[in-house]
Amino acid sequence: MSAVKLENPALDPALLQERRMLLKGNHAVSYGVMRCRPEVIAMYPITPQTPIVEKIADLALTGEIDAEIMTCESEHSAMSACITASLTGVRVFTASASQGLFLMHEMLHYASGARTPIVMPIVNRTLGSPWGFWPDQTDSLAQRDTGWIQFYTEGGQESLDMVIQAYKIAENPDVMLPAMVCHEAFYVSHALEPITVPSQADVDAYLPPFNPEHRLDVDRKESWGNVVTQEMFYRHRRDMGISMSHVPDLVTKADVEFAERFGRGYGGILEKYRCEDAEMYIVAFGAMCGTIREAVDQMREKNLPVGLLKIRLFRPFPVQAIQEAVAGIPRLVVMERNYSPGLGGILHQELKAALFGMENAPLVHGYLAGVGGVNVSVDRIEELTRKALAETPVVESVWV
Amino acid sequence: MATKLSPKEYVKRGDRLTGGHRLCAGCGASIVARNVLKGAKDHPVVVGAATGCLEVSTSLYPYTAWEDAYIHTAFENVAATVSGVEAAYQSLKKQGKIDKPFKFVAFGGDGGTYDIGIQSLSGALERGHDFVYVCYDNGAYMNTGFQRSGATPLGAWTTTTPTGKVQPGKPQQRKNLTQIAAAHNVPYVAQASIHDFRDLISKAEVAFDTEGPAVLVVLSTCPRGWRCDVAQSVNMARMMVQSCYWPLYEVIDGKYVINYDPKKRKIPVADWMKLQGRFSHLFKPESQHLVQELQDYVDREWERLKALASLPNPGATTE
Repeated sequence: MSAVKLENPALDPALLQERRMLLKGNHAVSYGVMRCRPEVIAMYPITPQTPIVEKIADLALTGEIDAEIMTCESEHSAMSACITASLTGVRVFTASASQGLFLMHEMLHYASGARTPIVMPIVNRTLGSPWGFWPDQTDSLAQRDTGWIQFYTEGGQESLDMVIQAYKIAENPDVMLPAMVCHEAFYVSHALEPITVPSQADVDAYLPPFNPEHRLDVDRKESWGNVVTQEMFYRHRRDMGISMSHVPDLVTKADVEFAERFGRGYGGILEKYRCEDAEMYIVAFGAMCGTIREAVDQMREKNLPVGLLKIRLFRPFPVQAIQEAVAGIPRLVVMERNYSPGLGGILHQELKAALFGMENAPLVHGYLAGVGGVNVSVDRIEELTRKALAETPVVESVWV
Repeated sequence: MATKLSPKEYVKRGDRLTGGHRLCAGCGASIVARNVLKGAKDHPVVVGAATGCLEVSTSLYPYTAWEDAYIHTAFENVAATVSGVEAAYQSLKKQGKIDKPFKFVAFGGDGGTYDIGIQSLSGALERGHDFVYVCYDNGAYMNTGFQRSGATPLGAWTTTTPTGKVQPGKPQQRKNLTQIAAAHNVPYVAQASIHDFRDLISKAEVAFDTEGPAVLVVLSTCPRGWRCDVAQSVNMARMMVQSCYWPLYEVIDGKYVINYDPKKRKIPVADWMKLQGRFSHLFKPESQHLVQELQDYVDREWERLKALASLPNPGATTE
């Protein structure tokens, strides 16, 4: 591809061992994908995703990543290249955010329809207008109908681990759908934390090489991307739905296997934190969960029986797991960092839809607490929790 | 430089785009695709197509007209689409999983190349993928029903440049994709036409044999959109080349080489414009000046091209 070919130096075997490092959330993602042995990486920079691709370039220079790296002229081309590279049967990677993700939008639908298990971290950032760089999940949530699996993570370690798990789930022959691993701008992307980078041998044992049944191949001489009839389109979409329905169980399984091998697990589809004897669950996803944990601890000390229900898998929306998790709980309060004008908080609305028809379904409060990246502190969470306990919920999401 | 294939050699090369596709009678696109693929000789080829006539007409599931591995994703991204496959090939080659050489070709119409696909094309040329980009240029968005593109000639009727008292067809001149491609300093760029398929195959052969990106821009008749006689399709392209509206030339490592100079046999553009219904309104007295305007533009561009070809090595920058 390029005129100048770099000769990779021999790798220091110590680099393949488990390493404990102080890393930004974005760099953790780069180290995570490094261990997945991607073969093609098509990338384009955008704030606040850029450190992911910069670190990938560094790791390719040192030979720690041995992939064909395409530095594209746009996100649209990056996603286009990821799709066709994936169709040849190689493992591919890209990452994006906000405006860039929206430039990809057309090809996101194509990627899932073509059944390419691309893994793409998204660094959640506000969309213009007005212009901003702030943590807000509306960008990836607005892709919820594109046929991508979506995970939302709370910190760098979870993001690293989920990149590895995401490949395992997405490449499962019963799934074959692309996956986003979403974490928020700056709160996660640029925050330093001590991170464990697993050993190459462990990841190799956990994640088998990608070897799809169908591929774009000069020997097979098949045509891809053909024009189909209405009936064929119908069947194709139904098949995507069947594949999506396999995902929740595979997420649980992937997390259990991950915990067995690496000693860290996240609860799979969702996590309950201090939910015993709770009168109310605070429901959230992403970075806010870290602050909510502290707020729950603080409120528990004051004998306020509340817990955190952290949603980790957003697509497919795990209706059954959520219904089971909230059975017998009188109230839920959703605190979120996204907004769909004319609808409200997206998690709030999806959660209510998931509970519709459930016997003794809990009351659901929806608070637009962190839209645009505004800080939601521990005390603020306690204040909102007390407010929810004292109020009768309204149908709409509430600007608090 | 491309040397023309002998007729004997031509008939020996099999077809890799089969008959039975749904392209219209007289369409230039299949002539382009079939002959370009003959230039790949016996190499395995990965074909990419942008959304357009060629794509929708050759790949109606469960059928395909392509004898090679073929991929279509969207309209504006065929260069990136093929880039991705080429990158995967480089990775697989490096890993030792592939040992034979593959060739890569991307086909796009003028809408998918001059307009919506130019960014994707520019990026792929600059990155230096080893592939051939082929634009079949019929001067409008024919697949969606004849809308103007950046390749539509001045004065032409299209459904988005209608003709009437306030506007006699397309008000602007076309852009020059071949020279835009050449400005990327890629090793090989050439202009060809469907009427001279031996020249086209030879250029395709050079393009496939070139290491790095190569671009072919091929004049391709659309009798439906041009409102011309189907039986005149190939002749129409010949006349347009003879008028120097569509010069046949190459840019080899920056050096311009004209392949055909009609000299005294150069014909006026009006000769072929009269045969195409898309220009019929220009032959009314009130719009005749536009025919002259197009003639002046063509003459100016032809002189400029000759001047470029007379330079020793104006643009060579490749190592």
